[in-house]
Amino acid sequence: MEIKVVRKVLDVNDTMAARNRELFRSKNVFVLNMMSSPGSGKTTTLEKTLALLAPDVRCAVIVGDVCTTNDADRLARSGVPVVQVNTDAFGGDCHLAAHVIEKAAMDLDLDQADLLIVENVGNLVCPAEFDIGEDARAVVLSVTEGEDKPLKYPLMFRVCDAALLNKTDLLPHLDYDKAAALENIRQIHPQMPIFEMSARTGAGLAPWVEWLKDQVKHKIR
Amino acid sequence: MGLALQIVEIAKASIPAQLADARVQRVNLKVGKMAAVVPESLRFCFEVITRSTALEGAELFIEEVPVVARCRACDHEWTLNGPVFRCPACDGVNVEMISGRELDIVSIEVEKD
Repeated sequence: MEIKVVRKVLDVNDTMAARNRELFRSKNVFVLNMMSSPGSGKTTTLEKTLALLAPDVRCAVIVGDVCTTNDADRLARSGVPVVQVNTDAFGGDCHLAAHVIEKAAMDLDLDQADLLIVENVGNLVCPAEFDIGEDARAVVLSVTEGEDKPLKYPLMFRVCDAALLNKTDLLPHLDYDKAAALENIRQIHPQMPIFEMSARTGAGLAPWVEWLKDQVKHKIR
Repeated sequence: MGLALQIVEIAKASIPAQLADARVQRVNLKVGKMAAVVPESLRFCFEVITRSTALEGAELFIEEVPVVARCRACDHEWTLNGPVFRCPACDGVNVEMISGRELDIVSIEVEKD
């Protein structure tokens, strides 16, 4: 006997994300969901970004990892309030779900923040599916990865609002075909801004930070 | 794994009260080709977490939904064979995805007594 169900698998998460979005709106805080594969330099990028945003934009950070508080310890040195979420308490999830963000946000004083950056678990698959109530999404990829990464994880590049191509200082030492990588991203999301940068040297970071400031300004008053 | 857990939750909640002891034989899903789902992984997780439940041994049937896009400039609609979101009719880049992101439970099939 067949029983009709017709429900979205992510129903529960989507409902929770809508609730988060409402909370963030009422607190007048812009939320950026930062995603990437492991090792793309997301945390370094975030460290440098936070340094450039201060003092104009008051930031807070939620960092997701399966285990360890290494990233939170690093980011805390920037003086920004940081909450670490370890998903091993939630079954070792490879992404941050909306209910996890809701809990983590309770540990932050959102009244004192203009921008909440969520550093998602390093993974280009699942985080693309799980709405957390964010206003914008950014994906970080680095030139030490394959040029075809965007084609392998098209949803991630389709749902993001900005792409950061990191570690460009290494280009002289690599056979990386940057033009091909950029073209692969543009195929999937022609209008998305792509920021080429080296978080290590700081080169190319300014346009990205300006873009982010602009986004924040549009939401908060 | 998160997805498999949600699927099992929804499937369990969908078993009518009068069939409380029924075994679920099949769960029918619709999954868009752009959904971030690896069917083999999903099947594996599903199998692991349904052990010793009313869903043990149930088949996870996945109907793939093609990616269909529409150009906002010229209204052209087409089915994508690869992730290229550029209108083949007018070369426009303002393109919306009409289908291909589905991740829905359509129905469950339970054993009749």
